[in-house]
Formats: sequence, structure tokens, C-alpha cells
Amino acid sequence: MSTIETPTGQKVVVKEMSWDPITRIVGSLGIHTEIDFTNQKVNKCYSTSMLFRGFDIFMKGIDPRDAHFITSRICGICGDNHCTCSCLNQNMAYGVKPPKLGDYAFNLAESADFMFDHAIYNDCMANVDYSEQMVKETNPGVLAKAETTSAPHSAIHGYKTIADIMRALNAFTGDFYLETLQVARYTREMYCLFGGRHTHPSTILPGGCSADITHQTLTDYYVRLMKYMDYCKRSVPMHDDLYDFFYEALPGYEMVGFRETDLICWGAFDDPDYVDYSYQNMTDWGRRRFVTPGLVFKGELITTDLVEINLAIRILLGSSYFEDWVGKSEPFVKHDPLGNPVDPRHPWNKQTLPKPQARDFAGKYSWVNSARMYDAKNDRYVANDTGGGPFARQWVTAKAGLVDLGFLKATGHSIQMVLPKTGFMPEMELEWKVPQWSNAIERQRARTYHQAYSALVGLYNLEKAFVEVRAGRTKSWNHFTVPDDAVSVGFHEAARGVLSHHMVIRDGKIANYQPYPPTPWNANPRDLHGTPGPYEDAVQNTPIFEENGPDDFKGVDIMRAVHSFDPCLPCGVHMYGKGKVRKVVHTPTGMS
Amino acid sequence: MAQMEFVPNQAKTEAITAHVLWITVGLSCEGDTVAMTSATNPSLEDIITGAIPGMPKVVIHNQVLAYEYGDDFTQAWFDAEAGRLEPFVLVIEGSLGNEKINGEGHWTGFGWDKATKQPITVNEWVDRLAPKASAVVAIGTCATYGGIPAMKNNPTGAMGVRDYLGWNWKSKANIPIVNIPGCPAQPDNMTEMLMYLVFALAGMGPVPELDDAGRPTHLFGRTAHESCNRAAFYEQGDFATEYGSDNRCLVKLGCKGPVVKCNVPLRGWQSGIGGCPNVGGICMACTMPGFPDKYMPFMEEDANAKLSSNLAKFSYGPLLRWGRRNSVKRKFDKEPEWRHNRSELTSGYTKNW
Repeated sequence: MSTIETPTGQKVVVKEMSWDPITRIVGSLGIHTEIDFTNQKVNKCYSTSMLFRGFDIFMKGIDPRDAHFITSRICGICGDNHCTCSCLNQNMAYGVKPPKLGDYAFNLAESADFMFDHAIYNDCMANVDYSEQMVKETNPGVLAKAETTSAPHSAIHGYKTIADIMRALNAFTGDFYLETLQVARYTREMYCLFGGRHTHPSTILPGGCSADITHQTLTDYYVRLMKYMDYCKRSVPMHDDLYDFFYEALPGYEMVGFRETDLICWGAFDDPDYVDYSYQNMTDWGRRRFVTPGLVFKGELITTDLVEINLAIRILLGSSYFEDWVGKSEPFVKHDPLGNPVDPRHPWNKQTLPKPQARDFAGKYSWVNSARMYDAKNDRYVANDTGGGPFARQWVTAKAGLVDLGFLKATGHSIQMVLPKTGFMPEMELEWKVPQWSNAIERQRARTYHQAYSALVGLYNLEKAFVEVRAGRTKSWNHFTVPDDAVSVGFHEAARGVLSHHMVIRDGKIANYQPYPPTPWNANPRDLHGTPGPYEDAVQNTPIFEENGPDDFKGVDIMRAVHSFDPCLPCGVHMYGKGKVRKVVHTPTGMS
Repeated sequence: MAQMEFVPNQAKTEAITAHVLWITVGLSCEGDTVAMTSATNPSLEDIITGAIPGMPKVVIHNQVLAYEYGDDFTQAWFDAEAGRLEPFVLVIEGSLGNEKINGEGHWTGFGWDKATKQPITVNEWVDRLAPKASAVVAIGTCATYGGIPAMKNNPTGAMGVRDYLGWNWKSKANIPIVNIPGCPAQPDNMTEMLMYLVFALAGMGPVPELDDAGRPTHLFGRTAHESCNRAAFYEQGDFATEYGSDNRCLVKLGCKGPVVKCNVPLRGWQSGIGGCPNVGGICMACTMPGFPDKYMPFMEEDANAKLSSNLAKFSYGPLLRWGRRNSVKRKFDKEPEWRHNRSELTSGYTKNW
């Protein structure tokens, strides 16, 4: 800790603090900060990832039909999203369109994955930051207020006070936490009905789905889906109560994790009536997706055109352990299949040249390179974020106003959803309105609403799949051949945000394969222009509300900011100085 | 009243606290930890809440699930290194990169060295903790044999835990490294094996019997094909010609099940649901030491399978199929003739009224 004098003459207590590893995420991330305890704000933040495997290196030269099996292994929680994205990409390269039932199977599997992922991440990982145990250790004053604040929707979810909700979220003892662990199991069973297993599926293939889909498969899915609807009806109002309380109890909390509304969403869930997987028609079928693709700069929806989006992607270096590839060899792709010029820093042309070295926060400090969106109008590279997935998906879909499934409708400013009557609860209407801020609370809130959204997408596709099966159209896969040369892209959404796979095939083998998952968009370090990545930017804007001083500081506000993005790479935040001494006794639940 | 003992020495064994230090960030995707949360036989909650009589108290230190973060999380790891957590099982998920080839850099790590401010590599944690661990478990195919990160042309020199510590390495409790392969490992295989080991450490049972590849024999003794519900189609020389609705044997579409040690077709994926060929997926051999390189391209038929499947297809297979279908059609699909609604009893019973 040190005391420094600012240019205005103010003496402030500044302390470097790091957390490494950040837990309750999948993957390796470190957050390194400098905190001003006099003004209760974060001055600087560095985001670092310690993991490198080199998929794009060892995939060179393999049979393109192996790509989905291999790339699934990039991630242990969104592996199926990668597998699906790779198949969409391969469908484009091979010019194959699955039978309708195959497309519905993809949508049923992926919506079940979102139902699983958002449930387990929100309530068994991220919301532990809002649990009674955590609030007691960081903001006892807030907990005291929560004890006496009635939950507005208690008649629906059954928790009388806000503190009761917080207790329900305690890790491994809270009843909502424990229920969510169960929910995260039967939703993965739903996935396995079509995917074979989770998270690395065995049936999701280019050309369609190799599951043997019968009336039994669909019935097994239906029963679990309606159980999940019931869960959503209780979950959404409960989370609204909790998050609204934080705004009320801690005025100014909207600035925690706040950043400019610079969002990206690649869209998901293709409509088999429109999709042909071709690049040439991607603009049209992209807009027919049940989650709309979109690019947002400064709170304005710039485009919903996947071709325009594709051409604006740039991979920049700067603070990552890689060497530049531009100029070292001929670019793979100079023009896209429509004849548009392609930048040397576009993923189709990216090459991975690792250069391991010591970590230096003044120089290179991460294995993540900096993905940016090029804003041609203003000639700038924007560090867009995925809003942790649901926030950007709903933001774009709501504003674009293109989705209308009857019980799920985008209005231009909101998303209206109607959940059907279930065994124990009546029909329920929900409306998610585009919020004023892009911040931690709203990313969390969007995730709980997106569970209902995903369930309704599942319901729509399930009914359509029943029509196919009842009519005897049970074929779910179509034959294809691998061309000698191809350029292709798959655009999809992982649970936590945008996911793209760019591929170049030469002589029937993979010449270049570049997967871009959501977390590299969110967790990246400063780029060559010095622009910080979204975590860095969001944490640097975060005011400190924690009641603990520098000596026993837990950094919960920073944790909430980072967790709101649903990080999915091993990542961490280090603690310098005199950190809190860990109790050697163990929690009664046995979880460390 | 004295407390009832349901298993021998229950009070004594339940008083033991066994720690599980679970490294999630080898060169991995953490899919094993994620899959483990779907286990039900036993579930994670069953293990940590002591749902099984006599089972020692288990404390799991795993980055994906931990309440603590930052230094609060790594403290337990330093405690274990200093001998303050006893006994503990070291679980490793992910392959180990070769950290001797990258100068001052690192392939993967967690926590940081307060003196150098550099990350502590996973290999360094293994060096520090393996000698103190009662048992070392490699979970998932990356940790067992190298897996996908150890594919041909990989830049990191990735390898499995036995490649790193030595194939004959034994823990201080004289237990060899237990390998639970799978990509990811089948959820119940992981939790069941943890329970097995914890019982063994408490002296309540033997250590698991392992085969030459370090796998528990009761889980990996059979091939996928030997427990596959489509295997009879192979026997009858009847093979699927396209993925999906054709529910016959998948070998000609690339299934590697006949040469893969795996219990997924038997156990299902989770709660008995799913499992690759059970649903219609080819076995891609993800549990095997030769995975993935020796089985690629996955969607093509294995050369040996081509020979043996053709043998079945063009010789005895059609005969078996014809014989069975015929006997089903002519004999077993027909009820015995005495079941009718005529005004007579023809079942063979001699009525006495």
C-alpha cells in the first residue's frame, strides 16, 4: 500500500491488488488492479490468461470433417456450442443443407444447452457473489437492510425477504442453489437426447444430426422442458427482486461493471424454412434466426447483416504473447465469396505464431489476443463485448424487432414472452426491456430472462419437430462431399456470447481454422493502440461499495463486474500486500 | 444411547477429513469438472455432505466451484504443500505442457509467485504436491494420455500425467496413478472413483485394480462394442448406411467401438440417458491412449473393421438375420393357439365341471 499525491494535491491511499485465480468460472483469467481506497474506485485493471494449447496450429492439415470433433474440446462448458458452430461452418464449405428435422435437432440441443448453462452459471457460480455468506463478509449493512426488506414477488417464489433470497443462493446449502444443481442435470439430459452427451457431443455433424429421433425422444424432452418452464416462472421474479434491491440499497450500483454499450451478437437458432447455409444468402437467413445477429456501437444498432459483421472483424495484437503474421506470407483470403475485400487482420487470414515469455504488465501479459470490430465510419477499432451472452442477444433482438414466434416477440424496445401453464403454475407473461445501462446487474438480469427465452425457443422447435416425426419425416442427416478448396464461416452464439469459426480448405485439407469464442472478446488485454479489453474497461469504471478496508478487502464489486461477463477461460485476480488470512477451518458444507 | 454403527468403525472413519485438490487448468477445457456436476451415482452433494455411511468427510478444492477466489483459494494449495492438509488426493485435469521448452514463458498455470510475480505453472504445482499426495488421479483423456492438446504438430509438447511423473510412479501410500479417461470422463465414473479412493484411504476397502493403461478394470474392462445396444446388428452383418434415422450398427460410418475400452454404452451418459452409440453417435475413441490421431478421420471406417464387418455382412450375418427374422415371424410373434373366445377350452387343462 502506498500514499501518493495527486496532481490536485489530494493525498490518496492506493493499493495494488490481484486475484489469481478468479474462481467460479471455467478457464484461466487473472485480474490485476490498482485501487484508490480514498476515492473508492479502481484506477487500473489488467486482465491476463495463463493458458495456451494451440488448436489452430495442430488443426492445420487435418481432414475438415474432423473439425467439429476437435474444436468441441476447446471448451468444457461450451464445447457443444463449438461443435455446432463448426458444423454450421462445414455446411457452408460443403454446400450441404440438413433435412428440417436435423436443423430442429440442432436448435433443440442448443436451446437445452443455454437452459443448462445459464442456470448453473447464474445460480451456482455468479450469484454466489450476491449470497448471504458473501454479503455478510463484504457488506453487513446491506445484509441488515435485506433482512427487513420484503421481496415484492414473494407470493410467486416463496421467499419473504431479500435476505431469504440471498440465503437460498448460499453455495452448497441454499435451497435455490441446490435446486439449480438438479436443474442443470435434467437440462443436460435434454441435451443428451439429441447430442448423445454433454459437453462434447457425438451426434452433431456436418449435414445434420445423427441421433435416432423418434416420438420417444421428443416426449422425453417435453417432460423436462415443462419442468424447466416452472423453474423459470419462479426464477425470473426472484432475480428481479434481488437485483432491484441492489440498486435501491446501494445508490450508484449501476456503475459497477459499467461500460459503453458496445455489443456484439452473431445470432443463433436457424429457421430451417429459410437457412441454406450459403455465404451468398447469409444476410437473409441470418435475419431469420430466432436470436438476431447485430453490431452495436455506443448504444446504436449499426447492422443486423452477418456479411457486414463478418467483414468488420479484426484480430489485433498488442499485449499478448504472439508475433505478428501480417506481411510474413500471402493472405489466405483476399476477397470473400461475394467479392468484398478481406483485411489481412481478418480471422480468415490470421495465423498463430506463439512466443512464450515472462509476464510483464507493462508489456506482454496474456495468451489472449485482442479481437476488435472495425468502425469504418469513424476509422476506429472498438473493443466490443458480448454482454456475457444474454445481454447482447436480447438487446440486439429486442431492438431489431425481427423475431416473432407468437409467445416470444421482439417489439423494438423489449422482448415479450409468455410461458405456458404448467402442472403447478398458471400461464405467465414476462417482458424484458432494453435497460439504460450495460453493467454488471443488467448482464446478470438478462441471463435469468434468457433462460425463459431459451425455453420458449426450445418449445417452438419441439412442436415443429413433432410435425416432422408425426409425418414420418425422420431423416435428420444429408450426405455431402468435401471440396478441394473452400472458404467458409460459422456464426453462432456460445452461452456467454459470440462464437465464430473461420475455415480455409486447400487440397481437401484444413489450411486455416480460426475459432473465436466469446471470452477472447471480453477478456483480452490492451491492444496495439492501447485500448483496454472489456473486462479491463469495465473494472476500471467500477466504484467500490464493499465495506471492508484495504486490509481485509475481498474485491466483491470487482468480482461481480467480472463474473457478469460469464468468463469462460481460466482466469484470475491477484492479491498484493496484506491479503485476508484464509481460515484453515473448513466450511461446514465441505466446499472450499 | 450409543450411536448405531452401520459399517465397521463408522465413527472413526467419518471423523477423517480427506481433501481433494483438483487442478482444473492443465491444458484442458475443464469439461471433466463440468461433467462431474451432472453425476448422480454418487452426486457431488452426496460426496461432500457425507450421504454414504462411514465415508470420511471430503473437502473438494476446485477452481470452477470454489466459494473463495484469489489468495483465499490458493491458500489450501500452499497448506497442502507445507503438509498441513492430510490426507489429500491430487486430481489432475488437463494435459501437462512441456515447460522446459518455452524459456521464461508458461503454457498454463494458476496462482502466482509472490517473489517473481510470475504465474505458478501447473507442472510446478504437480512437482510440489505429488510427493505429498496419498493418491494421484488423472481425470479425462488429456490428463491420462495427453489427448487433444497432445495431437501431432502441437506446439506445447503436451503429455499425460504418467508421461510426466513416470508410468511406474507410486504415491506415498503406494498407489499408482489412477487413470479415468474420457473426453470428458463419464460423470459417474469420476465421482464413483473418488468415493472408491476415499474409502481406500480410510482403510475401508482395497485400492482399485488397474489395467496396464492405469484404468480401473471394473469400469474399463469391456469395449464399447461389448456393451453396445447396436452390437447385435454387427453380428447379423447389418450396418447403417447413413447417420440419423438408420438405427443399425454404426461401424461402417466410422464407429470405433469394437477397439475402444469404454463403459459409456453400458452406463449411459448421465442418469442412464445418452451415451454415444445409444443415441446414434459414432464412438470416436475418446477414452483411448491413441486418441485422437490413431482414429482420424473419425467419420471414416476403420481398416480392420472393414474386413471383419464385411466378413459378417457377406457370410454368416445374412444367415443369422434370416433365421432369426423367420423364427420371430413364424413362431415367436404368434400367440399359442389356445388363447381364444370360442365356447371351448383348448389350453390342455382337463376341466372337472
